[in-house]
Amino acid sequence: MTDLDQMSNTNWTVIFICWIIATVSTLGSLFFSEIMEFPPCALCWYQRIFMFPLVLIFLTGLFPVDKCIIKYALPLSLVGWGFAFYHYLLYSGFIPESIQPCSQGVSCSETYLDLFGFITIPMLSLISFSMIIVLLFILRRKLST
Amino acid sequence: MKKLNIVLFSGILIVLLFGLGIYLYRTHQAKNYDFMARENASIFVREYSQTLGSDDAKVYLIKFSDPACETCSAFHPFVKKLMAVNPGKIKLVIRYAPFHNGADYFVKILEAAKKQGKYWETLDVMYRTQRHWASHHNPQPQLIWRFLPRAGLDIAKIRLDMTDPEIEKIIQQDLADAKALNVRKTPGFFVNGKPLISFGYQQLQHLIETEINEKY
Repeated sequence: MTDLDQMSNTNWTVIFICWIIATVSTLGSLFFSEIMEFPPCALCWYQRIFMFPLVLIFLTGLFPVDKCIIKYALPLSLVGWGFAFYHYLLYSGFIPESIQPCSQGVSCSETYLDLFGFITIPMLSLISFSMIIVLLFILRRKLST
Repeated sequence: MKKLNIVLFSGILIVLLFGLGIYLYRTHQAKNYDFMARENASIFVREYSQTLGSDDAKVYLIKFSDPACETCSAFHPFVKKLMAVNPGKIKLVIRYAPFHNGADYFVKILEAAKKQGKYWETLDVMYRTQRHWASHHNPQPQLIWRFLPRAGLDIAKIRLDMTDPEIEKIIQQDLADAKALNVRKTPGFFVNGKPLISFGYQQLQHLIETEINEKY
């Protein structure tokens, strides 16, 4: 195997991991809303808007490995991360509920899931977006060297 | 091609895990409801709850409903038909889950009508005229008064009785039970403590018939 092949293999693996993260997050959020019937709040919807398309973007970027993928996936991930971070702050009480944007129906700060006392849905979303962003930056570094 | 296989395999694996998750969650929920039905039956039927049907009925159909909910109204004749087809076997229990904005107003009217012994007549009138005062999920409470005399009610007495703070307590208790039972949408059905998992007319009929076959 040549060095070039090896390089391309690592790139492929990075995108592949991103795809796995996006797919698991998408199905996970669908599990919460469709199976456990937690109604998604406004902020959850914005995060979903930026997470769901990543599944297809990463999948198409795998065959063949598309170096342009950063250009398409990074903006989505960054905006999604912004919503997730804001939601996380709201959820954990750093931002008071009185200024939250969803008025009727579902409250963005109502806790539905509390695994082991600290894992919440916005936290899972924040972790997913963060991992994808870190992987994309790693990929960009590898491609520029 | 090897890479394609990896992706295919992972995709299938994730979907299978998703399916397994659904199965495990549903089994867990069923056990939970079963436990609640045996250990804490009053969470399904309270002393004050309005019921219809014979006290000897072995199949309890619990309906968490909202007078302003269109689907609840659509299910009302269907439930009555099921009861007529299985005389004496089904007991209907009405619980309140007034999720629509301002819907507790109609619950108060219903509870006030109960004092005049006109509960079911009033509920019928409400559901039949619902589109006039609750159209498009925008309840307009004042419009309902035009239709209430059809149920043969003493309107002045209703206006007085509906302010009874006891009714507010009933609503709060029902909402608390709905939350405990994971009812987030109306109508929320339970048949002898078993929840209607997949929503629809056929599914409800099937659940009731299964329970009847088991008990009779």
